[in-house]
Amino acid sequence: MSARPPATAPVLEARSLSVGYAGRAVVPDLDFTLEKGRTLSLVGANGSGKTTLLKTMAALLAPVSGELRVLGAAPGAFPARVAYLGQFHPSGFVLPLRSIDVVRMARFASLRLMGRATREDERQVEQAMAVMGVSALRNEPLDVLSGGQRQRVLIAQALARGAELLLLDEPAASLDGGGRETYRGVLRDAASAGCSAVVATHDIEEAAASDYAMLLAQRVVAFGRGREVLTAEALLSTFGLVVRYGEGGVMVFEHEGDHHCGGDGRAP
Amino acid sequence: MILDALVSPFVHNGFMASALAAGLLVSVACGIVGTFVVLRGLAFIGDALGHGVLPGVAIAMLLGLPGMVGAAIGAAAMILGIGFITRRSRLSSDTAIGLLFVGMLALGVAIVSRSGAFSGDLVRILFGEILGVTRTEILLQLGATALIAAVALVCRRPFLLLCFNPEQADTSGFSSKVFHGIMLALIALTVVVSFRAVGTLLVFGMLLAPAATAALFSRRIGTMVVLASAIGAVSVYAGLLASYHADTAAGASITLVATLVFFASLIGRQVFRRQARPSAADRSQEAAARPAAGPRQAAAP
Repeated sequence: MSARPPATAPVLEARSLSVGYAGRAVVPDLDFTLEKGRTLSLVGANGSGKTTLLKTMAALLAPVSGELRVLGAAPGAFPARVAYLGQFHPSGFVLPLRSIDVVRMARFASLRLMGRATREDERQVEQAMAVMGVSALRNEPLDVLSGGQRQRVLIAQALARGAELLLLDEPAASLDGGGRETYRGVLRDAASAGCSAVVATHDIEEAAASDYAMLLAQRVVAFGRGREVLTAEALLSTFGLVVRYGEGGVMVFEHEGDHHCGGDGRAP
Repeated sequence: MILDALVSPFVHNGFMASALAAGLLVSVACGIVGTFVVLRGLAFIGDALGHGVLPGVAIAMLLGLPGMVGAAIGAAAMILGIGFITRRSRLSSDTAIGLLFVGMLALGVAIVSRSGAFSGDLVRILFGEILGVTRTEILLQLGATALIAAVALVCRRPFLLLCFNPEQADTSGFSSKVFHGIMLALIALTVVVSFRAVGTLLVFGMLLAPAATAALFSRRIGTMVVLASAIGAVSVYAGLLASYHADTAAGASITLVATLVFFASLIGRQVFRRQARPSAADRSQEAAARPAAGPRQAAAP
């Protein structure tokens, strides 16, 4: 199932990898590589293993078995070169912090304990806020922002790391239409600048536009080029219910679960 | 003379000057550590640590050792206990930590009750004896406060990440376990060096009240630390003064002022906000600028 490409050193390399919690595998036997500058979408229902796989890449979970190399080393070896944006932000919003302070935290991975922030650090922060359209909110405390504005700030935080690999867990879930457009443009620009990305998403359209897509249902249902993988049959195995409409368009529903995941999109 | 009443108690009485120095050091240590206790919601663990040192102090007293040594051992035992519980227990950690600290409190009281001057000793441990602090104790406090400030300064980035989201600390290359451990150690050190001044029971008030008050008015964590220390210092001064003139217990007076300042600030802020509420036109503009759901709602996981 690995898609082996022209040779550049892979950013991600999984061999017989099983990911899960406390020694119990959620998704077994993963084999894939991701090259520099490529994007991979993880598609699947709640509980399918998207977040577990992302957290393993981010070194928040240890692999249950098998091997995973991130930038040629064990996960977590290069915090400054990998940015992770998780789904939950437990206590962050009641802190006395301005938006810009949140984005500045991205630089801590390279500044370490005592490094002094330089102009270059500040430039990365300003640029990330500018591309996500939140420069005007720089001095706003986080708790007065709307859900969508906060998510833009958090995406800006991930970008400000200046990472070679972005690991994003449903980054566009709380964004409005404009926000999603901005985010997609930013991801395209990052990829063309040589940055790789793994994105867990419910948005079939986004997954189809990425270089690779992996359909997960506690196992790998399909893996390959974005548009080739997202067939109605594969989506049926992943989500349980697919409604066809229009010319080749599909709409996907989860057959259980408590939140809407139906991206509508066009699969070939 | 009003000025006389405000200043002379500290100028003419050595014990009042010592008490002020000890209290100011407590304010700084509690301002720094309390900020992280409030922001991380560790109040309960702070409370548990405060009570957990009691058996250590009691045993030290029985053996004729300095109270601080016993307090340090008690705090270390409590941290290990809390660590064990949070890893192993299937109960909510609140329940287990609650039981642990009540158990330690009971053990402490049981040990103290074997000594001749039971109630006097217990009151001194629980509520402090700021008017009796010695020069050596103040020097120890000074060293500990400097250490707390230095560690907090060095660890400010991982501490901020921990407050924001422990996962971010880990993905930024700062082990959340290690820095959480350091934070607990700082809380323990604060409790250990402050208990002589304000007691194991009241130190919790000094840890929480000034930092909670500062949280109402701060937009940055650095500001919050400075403000919390300043509010603590004012509470110490006002509390000692009240104690001197009204002949009330010093440690309790200080903590009482600190908590009163918090509630007065909370009420004052509500009133001020109501008065300063924007006009309807401003509000509709604001609403247009923020179309999404209320921020607090959206923040709930």
